[in-house]
Amino acid sequence: MKNGLKRLALAFALSTLAAGGAAAQSHLRIGLAEDPDVLDPTLARTYVGRIVFASICDKLFDIDEKLNIVPQLALGHETSADGKEVTIKLRPGVKFHDGEAFTAEAAKYSLERHLTMKGSFRKPELGSVDKVEIVDPTTIKLVLKEPFSPLLAQLTDRAGMMVSPKAAEAAGDKFGLKPVCAGPFKFVERVQQDRIVVEKFADYWNKDQVFIDKVTFLPIVDGTVRLANLRSGGLDMIERVLATDIKTVRDNPKLKLTKAVSLGYMGLTMNLANGPKANNPLGKDARVRRAFELSIDRDALNQVVFNGEFVPGNQWVNPTNSYYQQAFPVPKRDVAKAKALLKEAGVTGPIALDFMVPNGPETRAVAEVVQSMAAEAGFDLKIRVTEFATSLKQGEDGDFQVYLIGWSGRSDPDGNSFVFQTCGAPQNNGKYCDKEVDAAHAEARAKSDPAVRKKAYETVARKFLADGQIIYLYHPQVLVALSDKVDGYRQMPDGLVRVVGVKLK
Amino acid sequence: MLAFLTQRLLQVIPTLILVSMLIFGLQQLLPGDPALIMAGEERDPAVLEEIRQQYRLNEPIPVQYFYWVKGVLSGNLGESMRLKSSVASLVAEKLPVTLQLAAMAIVIALGIGIPAGIVSAVKKDTAWDYGANIFALWGISTPNFWLGILMIFLFSVTLAWLPASGYVRLGEDWRASLATTIMPAFVLGNAIAAILMRHTRSAMLQAMGADYVRTARAKGLVERRVVLKHALRNAMTPVITLGALEFGTLLSGAVLTEQIFTIPGFGKLIVDAVFNRDYAVVQGVVLVTASTYIALNLLADVAYVLVNPRLRG
Repeated sequence: MKNGLKRLALAFALSTLAAGGAAAQSHLRIGLAEDPDVLDPTLARTYVGRIVFASICDKLFDIDEKLNIVPQLALGHETSADGKEVTIKLRPGVKFHDGEAFTAEAAKYSLERHLTMKGSFRKPELGSVDKVEIVDPTTIKLVLKEPFSPLLAQLTDRAGMMVSPKAAEAAGDKFGLKPVCAGPFKFVERVQQDRIVVEKFADYWNKDQVFIDKVTFLPIVDGTVRLANLRSGGLDMIERVLATDIKTVRDNPKLKLTKAVSLGYMGLTMNLANGPKANNPLGKDARVRRAFELSIDRDALNQVVFNGEFVPGNQWVNPTNSYYQQAFPVPKRDVAKAKALLKEAGVTGPIALDFMVPNGPETRAVAEVVQSMAAEAGFDLKIRVTEFATSLKQGEDGDFQVYLIGWSGRSDPDGNSFVFQTCGAPQNNGKYCDKEVDAAHAEARAKSDPAVRKKAYETVARKFLADGQIIYLYHPQVLVALSDKVDGYRQMPDGLVRVVGVKLK
Repeated sequence: MLAFLTQRLLQVIPTLILVSMLIFGLQQLLPGDPALIMAGEERDPAVLEEIRQQYRLNEPIPVQYFYWVKGVLSGNLGESMRLKSSVASLVAEKLPVTLQLAAMAIVIALGIGIPAGIVSAVKKDTAWDYGANIFALWGISTPNFWLGILMIFLFSVTLAWLPASGYVRLGEDWRASLATTIMPAFVLGNAIAAILMRHTRSAMLQAMGADYVRTARAKGLVERRVVLKHALRNAMTPVITLGALEFGTLLSGAVLTEQIFTIPGFGKLIVDAVFNRDYAVVQGVVLVTASTYIALNLLADVAYVLVNPRLRG
């Protein structure tokens, strides 16, 4: 009896403590998988940072579920016949969080800041822009050095985010400590690695669609703990649910799961010509790389590691994307043919390969499955688990033969392919170089007609996939879990969390 | 006394210089290029070059070291490459969190460890003793992250008594603050309690066999008084020293526990900084912790001398 009383007292004490942390109404708490970097659209470069930006910084354009480009701070655009001038009509009556008006001048300022600021990561994205002109108070014109069709897609992301010129001038490179934009929520405070708090912006141009008063982003790195917080009611929404936790979420009547095939991919990059490690049959002979690909069963990989939830793929865009080349479907596993190809290439005995794998439970599991499948065809993959940051450097230096590396994905196919596939491009770790592929990419960049671009990418696919420089494996699912109190949430394929339109019951 | 103090202070200077060189030199051995890591997916050679210039990553290491020391001497610990905020403000933000967690953990450790040690020594070879030993073995051998996750599942997910993770500042709402830190403090304190218990037990056993305890008993003192006043007092010295050392370790941050419970303290700050090769933050935090250690050491030395005149020489 005495013990029972004690326990009761303890329970009471603890629950009183817990009540102290209870949330206010209409307060949405979102669990992030990482701590975002600096919150300055010009200097930011992490994926997780984009999730926070989606609440505070509106862009000229946005994407919809089908990846169509839709207006946000812009009302529309017009591209000149020669493709070298893009005129953008801006939404009138928009205000920044500091009360300043969003005008053509402010838009010009924001774009020029992206283009000229020291250390700006937007420079390459807007590299085709020669200058920005003001046509009238609500119209700007981008004058391009050469036609560049992926430009509008760039303006649906950080390069299209508009900042208050007054606040940006005052803060300089410290703008990210207190960003002032024109999004649905304004920045309140940030405690590094703990939380980012934003509150509803009363003068938002689309304020009738904002039903949440306050949003808190909490970075919780451990996937299990993130889910535990959602289950205990400490969070209302979490991003990047582990594929292995999908069942737990589905079995819980108080939780909902939203899915969308991600814009990104996971693939195996082969070292073709980057340093001495390229000197082996895999680096030198496309038939050996083809044999490697034929040894992999992408469906089985998906079943084993991701419970069949992800999407097997063989191209830089997923099979549901309008730029996916149906003529080159995901190849089926064929070990006999793989062995025959190796024989034809004159390879005898197993080929030992240095297989660099960035550390992580999912990447390690994928690597082990690939290793055992490839072994059956005659490849002896030596898995080398490497800390992520180190692997980036070693990838650049050519210190690998096979590198398991993914890409978070962009809405335009150019963003998923150009920097990996063209001669001398920054992320072309295997140093692949083919003039025909380069020419097709240039064509896809210059033309804005989707049919013409798709045709150009067909040339890329025919050559690049046959050369086997990157063996694309799968496209992850964007998995966001929500409490059943959250209503009206729609998941976009870019994985970002858009709070406009969301309600809390 | 003055001569002693001057001598000890003079010794601190070369120690600090050596520490600063070690911090700077060792992290240069980390593989990976800070500019490349900072760029993440946005790897444009021209932008990378700008970053290298901005943070002097292209300069020889001694030159980089010179600029850093120059900054530190003028009170500037540098700026985080990743977050663009000053290292000093980051340290100021995390220090109260780590102090709170460390203080709570050490209180829990002392509160459990010392009584358990006394009981197991006084009731040697009884069920009490075995129980306390099993507890100690469990405490030492249970990994923090495992205990942490189990506690989250029990107290947050199943019973819904405590928030699963996060942190609220003491000044903001003390009840919520205690609610968010009680589990991580217990996880940390539990492991230390086990060590303290073992030390208390052996020190107590030694003291209980000493002549003065026999004398005390012969005087006819009650057992309670013998144990608590005579034996415990003498047994406490090594235990307090150990407790102080453990407290010092806690101040440098508890990496895994902070990660599990998402407590934004020193441990999380430094781990994130290492993985992101945010050199200025690593340097700043390690320098601050090392200086605190040195200062505490100095204070301890001074205290010994004050207490024990024989050391004054």
